Amino acid sequence: MAESAEKMKTSKIIDKGIEEGAANLSSKKIEKVIHDVLQNETGARLKTYVETCIHCGLCSDACHFYLSHDKDPRYSPAGKVKQTIWKILKAKGKVDADFIKKACEIAFTECNLCRRCAMYCPFGIDVSYLISIVRRICFKLGVVPQYIADTAHSHASTLNQMWVKDDEWIDTLFWQEEEAADEIPNLRIPVEKQGADIFYSVIGPEPKFRSQLIYQAAVIMNTAGVNWTMPATPGWDNSDMCMYIGENEMMGRLKKAYFDTAMRLKVKRIVMGECGHAFRSIYDQGNRWLGWKMPPIPVIHAIEFYYELLKEGKIRVAKKYEKGVTFHDPCNIVRGRGLHEMARYVTKAFTREFIEMHPNREHNYCCCAGGGVINCGPPFKKKRVEGDRIKAEQLFAAKSRGAETIIAPCHNCHGGLEDIVHHYGLGMEIKFLGDIIYECMEKPESMGE
Amino acid sequence: MDTTELKLNTEEKTGMNDSGSWDWKVDKRLVANISHWKEQFGYMEELYVSPNGERIAAVVKSDDMKFSVCENGKVWDKTFDKVWYLQFGPDNRLTCLVSDMGAWTIAIDGEPWEKRFDFIWNTQFSENGKDIAVSAQTEMEYFAVLNGIEWEKKYSVMTNMVMSQDGAHTAAVVQTIPVGAADIFKFREGCFSVAVDGNPWDINFVNVWEINFSKDGAHAVAEVRTTIYDYTVAVDGRLWNQTFPAVWKPRFSPVNNSVTAPVRKGDSWMLFKDGRQFWDQHFSQLWDHLYSNDGNHIAAIVAPKFGRWTIAVDGRPWSLTFGDLVTDMVISPDGKKVACVGKEKDFWSVVVDGRAWSEAYDMVWKPVFSPDSQHIAVKVEKRGYFYLLVDGKTMEGEFKVLFNPVFSPDSQKILVKGITGNPDEENYYRQVIRLSDIPG
Repeated sequence: MAESAEKMKTSKIIDKGIEEGAANLSSKKIEKVIHDVLQNETGARLKTYVETCIHCGLCSDACHFYLSHDKDPRYSPAGKVKQTIWKILKAKGKVDADFIKKACEIAFTECNLCRRCAMYCPFGIDVSYLISIVRRICFKLGVVPQYIADTAHSHASTLNQMWVKDDEWIDTLFWQEEEAADEIPNLRIPVEKQGADIFYSVIGPEPKFRSQLIYQAAVIMNTAGVNWTMPATPGWDNSDMCMYIGENEMMGRLKKAYFDTAMRLKVKRIVMGECGHAFRSIYDQGNRWLGWKMPPIPVIHAIEFYYELLKEGKIRVAKKYEKGVTFHDPCNIVRGRGLHEMARYVTKAFTREFIEMHPNREHNYCCCAGGGVINCGPPFKKKRVEGDRIKAEQLFAAKSRGAETIIAPCHNCHGGLEDIVHHYGLGMEIKFLGDIIYECMEKPESMGE
Repeated sequence: MDTTELKLNTEEKTGMNDSGSWDWKVDKRLVANISHWKEQFGYMEELYVSPNGERIAAVVKSDDMKFSVCENGKVWDKTFDKVWYLQFGPDNRLTCLVSDMGAWTIAIDGEPWEKRFDFIWNTQFSENGKDIAVSAQTEMEYFAVLNGIEWEKKYSVMTNMVMSQDGAHTAAVVQTIPVGAADIFKFREGCFSVAVDGNPWDINFVNVWEINFSKDGAHAVAEVRTTIYDYTVAVDGRLWNQTFPAVWKPRFSPVNNSVTAPVRKGDSWMLFKDGRQFWDQHFSQLWDHLYSNDGNHIAAIVAPKFGRWTIAVDGRPWSLTFGDLVTDMVISPDGKKVACVGKEKDFWSVVVDGRAWSEAYDMVWKPVFSPDSQHIAVKVEKRGYFYLLVDGKTMEGEFKVLFNPVFSPDSQKILVKGITGNPDEENYYRQVIRLSDIPG
C-alpha cells in the first residue's frame, strides 16, 4: 500500500486559489514557511505520530475516500499523509510549488478531518492533525482553494461565514419572529436580553439560506418556556472555516468575539444549533487556541438541548413522524462529543419507524462535506460526491429497509448528503432533527387540548 | 465589533452623569407596581431602569398587536410595528429603535427623529448622554447618524461604529473599494479603511476591527491587518513600524495619547506601546486592557499559563487564577484598586486586588466602585434570585430583578433599584441607603 501511495496524483481540477496562490512561490519561500511552521508550531505530537506509525495500513478501511475509490492506496489516510507531510519532512521542506498545489488539493479536498481513521489506528494517531498541519502550511503560503478562502475572508470581515451584514442579521431575526408570531401569537425572539439563561447561536447559512431553522428554534424555545436570547452584534455565528484553512489567528478572533458576546449577555450557557464543525471550533480548537481549556461558558449542542427538553417534559410529542427514518451521526458531535445515544432517544421519541444505517454511531461514515471540503466549492463537487460512494451504498441499504428520510443534525452533513442523494439518485429526503421536532411537537395552541 | 464594550448596559455608563442632581434622600420609594403591568399587557418584554432609578420601562404590545413602551405605568401615545433595543442614556433619557411601514428611526422619550432609515441599530451614547449616534442603512448604503445628522459619505459596508467619549465624533470600519464575489485576490489588496465622521483615512487595509478614540476625541486608533498574515495598529491612519501574527484592541493613554495594544509574538502575548515592547512579561493570553483615569496604571486580563486566567496590573499577574474565565475588569477611580469577575468550575466570584470574596454565585455582574474608590457594590444571582453585595457583605433582601447599583457622589450612600414581591404583587422600588446603615 505505502509504496504506491507515494506517487502523487495529478489533478485535472483547476482552482483559482490554488493556481494563482502557487504561481509566484519560490522554493526558498516554501522552505522557510515550512520550517517556520514545523519549528514554531509543532512539537512532541507531530514527532510522536510520525515516529509511531508503522505503516500497517489499518487506517485504510476507515476512510470513505479509500473505500469509495476501490481501495486505491493513494486515498488511504496513511497514503494521504505519505504524499504530503511525510514527504515534506523527508525533504526537509525542500519541495516545489507543484508539490504544494498537489498537497493542498489532497489536504483540503480528500480528507474531511473526520477522525474515523484515528479509531482504527492501533496507536490512535490522529491523521486529521497531520493533514491540518499541511493545511496550515498551505495557508501560510497563500495556497488555499478559492471558495473556502473567500469564506475565511467573510469571517474576517463580518465575523460570520456568509458576508451577512450587521443589519441583515438583526432584520432576519425580526422577520422570523414576525413569521412565527403568525403561528404562535406573541412569540418572541429576544434580542440582546441581558441575563437570559441561554444564548442560542447559529451559523451563517441560517440567516442566509435556512432562516426557517431560526423560526423553528424560536417555536421550540417559546413552547418550552426557555429564557433565551440572541445577540444583535457580530459574535452570533459559531461557524469557523478559518479553523479548517489553518488560519488559526482568525479562528481565535472569531471565538473571542463569540465568547465575549456570551459573557456580555451574562448568559449561563450557550445552546448551539445543529452544526458539527462549529462545535469542534468552540469546544475544542478555537477556545484552546485562545487559552481556554474548555469553553468559558458551557456550550451544548442542539441534540443535548432537545434531549434535555424532552426528558424534562418541556417539549412533548404530539404525533409521530410517519415516514421511516435513519440517523446520520455527524463526526464532530458523535466521534467528537458522543451524542449518538441522545440523538437516538430524541429521534425515536418523535418518529414511528427508526432504521439504523450501518455502520453507525461513532463508526458512521462521514458525509464527505465536513472538514471544509464542501466549502471548497463547485470545482470539487464531483470529486467530493464520488469520494463518498460508500456513503451512498450505506444510505441505499438503509433505504432498502424502509428509511425514506435521513435525519442529519449538521449543516455541512446536509449539504453533503443532499449532493450524494442527488448524484446517486437515492430519492431520500434529509431533515434536521429540529425539523422533525417542530413538525411533531405539541405547540402552545394545541397544548392542554 | 467590540462586543465587550459597545453594548455596555447604559447603567454602567454613568461615570460622567449628573448624579449630584438626583434624589439622594435616604428613602425607599415605590415607583411601579409591575404586577399591574403584567395584568394590563398580554405581551411585555424585560424591564429597563434609568440610571437615577426614577424611570422603569418595558416594550409592550397593545391589543391591536402594535408595539409601544410602558414607562412608569403609562404607555407612550405612539405605537409602532416594532420596538426594540430599549436603552436609558446616562442622562436618563429613554431611547428605543422603532419602525413603521418598514421605515426605522430612534425614539427618544417617545419622540421619534424625523429622519427615517431602512434600518438602524447599535445605539451609542456620549459619556454624558447628551449625544446619541446609531448605525444606519438606507438603500443599501451604510453610514452613522449623530444626533440626527447623517454622514455625508455613505458606504457599501460599515461595521464597528463607535462614538468618542465627548460625543463629537463617530468612526467605523468601512469598505472603500468594491470586491467581487469570491475575488480573494482583490480582497487581499486591501479594501477596508476607517472613516471618522464619514471621511475615510487615506490608507486601506485588508481588515480593520476595533476602533478607539482618544479621550479628547481628536485621534482614533484601530487594529488592522495589512496582509492576511500581518496585523498591527494604525493611529490616525499611520501604522506602527512592525507587524505581528495577531493583535487585540488598542487603547490611547488618557493623559498623553500614547497607544498600547496586546500583540502576539511567537506563541505568547505581550503589551506593546507605540510599537515597542512595554511590559516585560509574556503571557499565554493578554487582552481587554484598561488604563486608570490618571494613566499611571494599566490592568489587563491575562492567562499566565494555558488554562489559568487572572488580572495583571502593570504587567504583574495576581497569584489567584481561575480556570474558566476572568471578565468584567474595572479599575477604581483613583487607580489603586482593580476588581473583576472570575469563574471556576461554573461558580462565579467577585475578585478585588487578587482576593476573591468569600461566596460564589450562579452569576456575577460587573463590580461598581464608589467615586472615592473606597466601596464596591456588585449584583449577583443565586438560585434564581438576585442580591446586592457591598464591600463583600450581602445586603438584606432578595430581588426578582435587580439593576446595577449607583453610589452617591459623596460615596456615602448607595442607590438600590430592584423588584421584589410575589407574583401577585411585584413592585419596583427605588431605595437610597446610607452605607453606614448596612449591618456589618
